[in-house]
This record gives sequence, structure tokens and C-alpha cells, in this order.
Amino acid sequence: MLRYFVSKLLISVVLLLGVLTLAFFMLRMTGDPVALMMSRDASPEEMEAFREMMGFNRPVSVQFLDFLSKAAVGNFGNSLHYATPALPLVMERLSATVKLAVIGLLMAILIGVPLGLTGGLNPGSPLDSLGRFWGLLGQSVPNFWLALLLILVFAVRLHWFPSFGADQAKSVVLPAFVLSLAVSSQILRMTRSTVLEVRGEDFVRTARSKGLNQATIYFKHILRNVAIPLISVIGVQFGYMLGGSIYIETIFAWPGMGQLLSQAIGWRDFPLVQALAIFTSVVVLALNLATDLAYALLDPRIRYGK
Amino acid sequence: MAVILEVKDLVTKFYTLDGVVNAVNGVSFTLDEGETLAVVGESGCGKSVSMMSVMGLISSPPGKVESGEALYYTSQGARDLLKLSANEMNEVRGGQIGFVFQDPQTSLNPILKVGEQISESLMKHLGISARDARLRALELLAEVGISDPELRYNAYPFQMSGGMRQRVMIAIAVACTPRIVIADEPTTALDVTIQAQIVNLLKQLRAKMGVATIWITHDLGLVAGLADRVLVMYGGKIMEAAPVDLLYDNPCHPYTVGLLGALPRLDIHEAKRLVSIDGAPPDATIPINHCPFAWRCIHAFEHCWNENPVLTNVEEAHQVACFHVFEKGG
Amino acid sequence: MVSKTFSPKADSRLEIKTTFKDRLAFLARLLWRDKGGTIGLIMFFIVVFAAVFASVITARDPLDQDLINSKMPPAWEEGGAWEQPFGTDSLGRDMFSRILSGARVSLTVGFFGVLIAATLGLVIGAIAGYFGGRVDSIIMGPINLILAMPYLLFVVFIAAILGRSLLNVILIFGITDSPIFARVARGEVLRIRESAYVESAISAGARSGRIIFDHIIPNLIGPLITLATFEMSAMIFYEAGLGFLGLSVPPDVPSWGNMLAEGRKYLVNDHWLTTFPGLAIMFTSMGMNLAGDWLRDVLDPRLRRSRK
Repeated sequence: MLRYFVSKLLISVVLLLGVLTLAFFMLRMTGDPVALMMSRDASPEEMEAFREMMGFNRPVSVQFLDFLSKAAVGNFGNSLHYATPALPLVMERLSATVKLAVIGLLMAILIGVPLGLTGGLNPGSPLDSLGRFWGLLGQSVPNFWLALLLILVFAVRLHWFPSFGADQAKSVVLPAFVLSLAVSSQILRMTRSTVLEVRGEDFVRTARSKGLNQATIYFKHILRNVAIPLISVIGVQFGYMLGGSIYIETIFAWPGMGQLLSQAIGWRDFPLVQALAIFTSVVVLALNLATDLAYALLDPRIRYGK
Repeated sequence: MAVILEVKDLVTKFYTLDGVVNAVNGVSFTLDEGETLAVVGESGCGKSVSMMSVMGLISSPPGKVESGEALYYTSQGARDLLKLSANEMNEVRGGQIGFVFQDPQTSLNPILKVGEQISESLMKHLGISARDARLRALELLAEVGISDPELRYNAYPFQMSGGMRQRVMIAIAVACTPRIVIADEPTTALDVTIQAQIVNLLKQLRAKMGVATIWITHDLGLVAGLADRVLVMYGGKIMEAAPVDLLYDNPCHPYTVGLLGALPRLDIHEAKRLVSIDGAPPDATIPINHCPFAWRCIHAFEHCWNENPVLTNVEEAHQVACFHVFEKGG
Repeated sequence: MVSKTFSPKADSRLEIKTTFKDRLAFLARLLWRDKGGTIGLIMFFIVVFAAVFASVITARDPLDQDLINSKMPPAWEEGGAWEQPFGTDSLGRDMFSRILSGARVSLTVGFFGVLIAATLGLVIGAIAGYFGGRVDSIIMGPINLILAMPYLLFVVFIAAILGRSLLNVILIFGITDSPIFARVARGEVLRIRESAYVESAISAGARSGRIIFDHIIPNLIGPLITLATFEMSAMIFYEAGLGFLGLSVPPDVPSWGNMLAEGRKYLVNDHWLTTFPGLAIMFTSMGMNLAGDWLRDVLDPRLRRSRK
């Protein structure tokens, strides 16, 4: 168990190094990061001054080591737009994104798990058909489009919810719902297929051969085996929500990291974009690690080191 | 000996995308108290499906028991297992009839302690407390030859070897002192040395508890030292039924003869090549009105292609379904 | 009673010989039984048809501006006309022909993106899985890294750096999506490699190349086709998303994402500028997902058996 966790932790550290390396080189992939960050009508002198200031004139290896050593202490350089350190700007936005993702995830679980369970236990039933339709919608409806439609209907026409911002309690409803749709579909499909699979396992037949009643078989034998992979899907999906709320935060003007990202792209503030990408990756990696830990606690096969 | 189970004209079908599979086509047999009955045949011959049908363990859909009776005799009289409600059936399963399945790897719940998997059956059928169930489960673990039951009670299946897991399965099967144990190829998935141990364990338990046993297997060699009576199945039908001695001394059905011929024998010294039965089992999705073995039978003649033979006495207690035996004198 | 050793376990019914025609008939029967798959394939073919024959279906040029007739509503709403069934946009361009052209952009991105991703992934994954050991760990390290990262975020990051062009979008998707194909290909290769028939081919002295082409590639096709269907649908989705953020094809190209970004400005009064591109994305994606589900069921016999 401890060995399992330590190895997962080591993998996360390696992945983190990989993320930093990728982020560093991606910024330099076009050859000249200066041209990327400055407006086209900047004079050569301005560009040279900027290059000097950012340290882009040094050899790449020196820049990389400098980048890594600064990153180790949480320094990702300054935002060009705000002219202040990038990381605090990103952290400031974290809570709004987390709030949106948590509420969205709760919605997704509340929709996806019950529908997936009933569908898997009674394939072909009307509720199953509803569930499969929902699963299909969640896969096929683009969330940026759904966001616009919901604004049109529920904010502009019906005035039930505000169309943007985060200043009211009910502001969160529309963006969280849009964010939850695809995830609820994933959770639903996964739950349904796992239930179908577990239901056909030999040990369920053994449970039936013992004369246990249906409820015991469902709750004790089937659902506990479904819960384990479900936890890991939910963990992964939560990570997806944290890194995937860019459209929704932009459309609903939700003051989170996604909105900051699309603003930063507009400002050509690439140090800020880079900091956002790295920080979100770190959060997602930490989340994956937590998921692995939860998985291990639930599954005796991992808990007692297989 | 009193009859404990009597199955009549059992028919089971599976409704699949590839067509309707006629898995069991009119199977009838009886089981006496304390008797060991071996059901022998190739995979797909319907031997497991017949027994699972009787016990309501066919997954439905796609499976469906179409017709037949399965009379279970108790001191209160006979009850048709196929007509019991779900709750009534649950009383019988696990309580009166225990099961040992083929693959101990997959037949135990991977995330429950093995002790709990024994206890839950005890609590359900004997109505005892969790504490008493635990104590009884520990006794059972010892009875099936697992050392250090206290420790093993809290183990998970993946922490045990295949043989040990099968012992746990057997403990579950006999937990509530059932009157019948159905063992579905209980040794197929195990190593040869472990196989012998498991066979011996089941024999001991049978001697001690006097439980009637239905032993499903494809291995005729195993049957000789084990069974009182043998049913040979093919194509969802019983081809031959006889006490074990009669079957070995006087096998009548060409299929039985083939199965016996395919056995390696130690008492014949000359290095003879193993005899084999040519051909493959029939496609069960095509309904037939002739002998299902006719395709592969070297003795098949016109009658075999025109009518499906029924089980008929060839001698006392020995039945065969074969026109060749009766019309051409075997 | 001759030849072949009699093995009671062998289920030779599975080996009954089938002709190609039988198999086609069987597939057709399966397709007919799965209504979702049938509908999905029809939807997909409608989109392909629209993309290929866009200029035949409507004579209007998707780029022709007509400022006098700008923001005309769809035909069935007041002020609309059947000559321009889906209305016109803010520059008076015909929405119907723009939607048809959008199908071209989406399918181009989806098709070539998947082609690159699948080819790269197949080669990388097959090498990792086939040779295993150190080769495997060296290859799969970066692959797992990319798979662990928040995908959308990095695609947005790269697209913002590279700038707007069709080729860039295709390359971005082709490269960033290849790890998924690599992982699936690797897993399948590992599984096939350990199967009895490949082991016997190896022990019989077959060369690596022979084994890869005769045994491994044919077995990979099923899972990869299924994956390709889902990934193509995902790419069409992501392309539209990038377009919506102004990071996909140049703004003058009529792609569904660009149209949505444009339509958003007029959401309150001229909903059709938003409605139709979104419906088009949904229609395409739904068709491909339905077809993909069906393909998965058909190409995976284990699943087929357990279905009703």
C-alpha cells in the first residue's frame, strides 16, 4: 500500500517535470517568443529591449535551468498585462473555478449515477432508454453552444437566472449545469456498462446460488464492485472540469482560471498563459494522485499490495 | 433409496442475436438421496445449463426455461422448483442445495473477505447472528482443510491460491448442510495435484454428510472412482444413463464408446494411438428432428436421420437413446 | 474415427467457415437490429454528402456578401424566404451554404486529424507493445505524460502560439491525439502478442515483420476503427471549440466554430446565427457517436455475445 502510493507519487513528480519542460518548449516552438508576445507594429529597438528584459537572448539551456529553478519556488515570471507575478493572479482565480467544478460535478453525479444504475440493472426499460438518450446528448451537444442557448432561453427570455457574472447565488446554476452535461454523460455510460458487466460476473451467480435476496446481491455484491471504478472516473472527470471550463467561464464571464486564460490569450500575455497551463496541470496531477489513493483505500487488491 | 430430485422433460433455450440456441432439449433424470450422479459431455452439450435451469440460475434474458418439471422431494412432499417464487427459490438455493462452480478465480467476490462470503449464507439460511455465523464459518474453513482459519477468515480471494479458493467455494456450498450439492466442473480450472485433493475433499464431505451430489464434468476418467451413476449428454439430450460399472463394462451409445475410447488407459500396455471422435458438436441454433449425434456417428443409418431417438432400457437400470443399438444390435 | 485428437473442451463450432458474402449479410443483419447504429450511419452519410456536394446542393457562394439582405431570419420565421432557408448572417451571407461549407472544414479536420493521429499512434504503440521492455518504457513515458495533462488547455495553449490556419489545426489534433491511439494500439499488441497463435508463430521462427503484418495489424483494425470514429467526432467538437475562441481556421473561412463565435455577438436578436451551426455540430457528433457505439459492439465479439 505504502509502496503503491510512493510509486504513484514518484510518477506524479516525473509528470510534473514533464509538464514544466513541455510548457517551456511550447512557448519557444515558433522560434521567437518575442514576436509572439509583442504587437506587430513594435519597433526593432522595442523588441530588442523586450528580449533583453525577458532574458530570451540567453542560450536556451540557461533559460531552461533558470525557468526550472524559479518554478521550483513558485515563480513563473510576470504577467505582461498586469506587470505583476503570474502565479498569484492564477491562484486568485482558483476558488471560482473550483466552486464551479464542484457544483458541476455534484450535478453530474446526481444525474449520471442513478440513471446509470437503473439502466444497467434493467436494460431496455423506459428509464434505461432515457438514460441512453441523455448519454448520447451529453456526448453530442457542444457545451459552448448549449451555454448560449441556455442564456437565450433562461436568462434573456425567461429571466430566471442571470446571464453572466458570479455575484448572485443562483449565478452558478447555468454554468455548472452546462459544465456537468458531458461529465454526467460519461458517468452515466460508465456506471451503466460497469453494472452490466459486474451483473454477469461469476461471483454474482455464486451470490445467487447462496439464495441471497435481490437487494443484498445489488447492494453488497454488485454496487460495491461498481463503486471502485466509478470513483476513478469521477476523479478524472473532476480534473477535466477544472481544465475544461474555459468556454463556459468565458461565455458566462465567470471569474475563474478559464476566463483568465481566454483573456490572457487575447492580451498575448503568454507568461500568464504558461503559468495557467502549468498550475492547472499541477492541480489535475494532484487530483489524479488523490483518486489513486481513494481507489487503493476502496480496493483490497491494491490495499494489500497485489 | 428415496428419490430426492426428479427432472422431467426439461427444455431451455437462449435467445441470442445469432439465433435461438436450443441448449437443453428434453432432459429427464432422477437423483437419489446420498447418490453421486455424474453428468458427462463436451462443452456446450447442455450439462451445466440443465442444472442451472433446475436451480433458476440461468440469466434471463437471454436464457429461458421453456418447459419441464423439477420435482424436489422433502418430508412434506414434492415441490416443482421451476414454479417456485423468487423468495421460495432463495430458501432452497444455498440452504437445501449448494453449488461449487468451475472457476474459483472468478466465482468469489474479489472485494469481500472470504469469511464474510461464507457467513452471509449462514446468516440468511440458519437465521443466526453475525457472531455465531463467524464461529460456524471458522469451523467450516477447518473442515475443508484450510489451516489457520482465524487468519484466512479475513483474507481476500486474491490472497489465496486456486486450490484454497475452491476449498472456500466448497465451504460455502456445504455451509448450511444441504441435501444436494451441484459441482460444476469443480476441478477443471485447477492444477492436477490440486484436482486430486479437491476430489478427495468432496468425497470425504459426501461420506460424512450423506449429501447427494451432481458432478458435472467432461472427464470420464474422473467419474470412475467417484460416481454411482452416469448421464452422458450430447446436443442438449441424455444419450446414455447407467450405473457407473455397467457404463464402463457395457457402453452402448457410439458417443459413449467414443468418449471411453478417447481415454488414455493404463491397463493396456501396447502404445496405442488415442482414438478420437471426428467432427464437431452440432450448431445448436438449428432445430433438428433426428439424432443430434448422427453427423459424427460412424454407425448412423437412415432411421437416425428421420427420427430423434428416446432413452430406452437396454438392460436393468441402463438406458440408451440410439437406433443403432436396438435395431442393428450395437 | 480417425485423425485429430479428440478434445472435449474445444468448441469447434466457432470455426465454421464463412464466406465474405455471409459475413456482409451478417453485418447487415446486425446493423438492422441496432436501430441506433443505422440512424447514426445515415446521419454521418448525410454530413459527408453535404460536404462533398455542397456546391451542387446550393448555388449560393458561402462567401458572397449582400449587406442589404443581412441578418435575414430562416424561411419559416417572419421576414424569411425559402431562397435562403436558414437566413443570412450579419454580412448577408447565406447561412445554409455556410453550414454546408462548415461540414467540409469539420470533416477535413476530423479526417486528416484522425489519419495523422491513428498512423502515428499505431506505429508508436505497435513498436512499444511489440518490443516491450526498455523500448516500451522509453516510448510510453512521454505518451503517459500527454495523456495525464488537461487536454483542452494544452490544445488551446498550442493553438494560441501557432496561430490560425487549417494546417496548424490538423497538425495540432493529429499530434496531440496520437497518444490515445498509441495506448490502445499498445494494449492490443500486448494482448495479441501473448495469445497462443502468435507465440506459436514466433516459436515456429516467423520473422518480426511477418508477425506484425500477418497477425497483429489485422487484429488491430477493429479497435482502431472504433476509436477513430469517436476521436473524429471529438476533433470536430474541439475544432468548433477552438473556432469559438478564435483559435482555429482563419476568420474568413466558414467553419461552424467561427460561425458560432460570430453568432454569439447577435445572440439576443438573431438566434439563428447561433442555432444552426450548433445543430450542425450536434447532428454530426451524434451520428458519429451512434455509429461508433454500433461499431464497437460489432467489432468486439465479446460484447456482441452478451447483448440481447
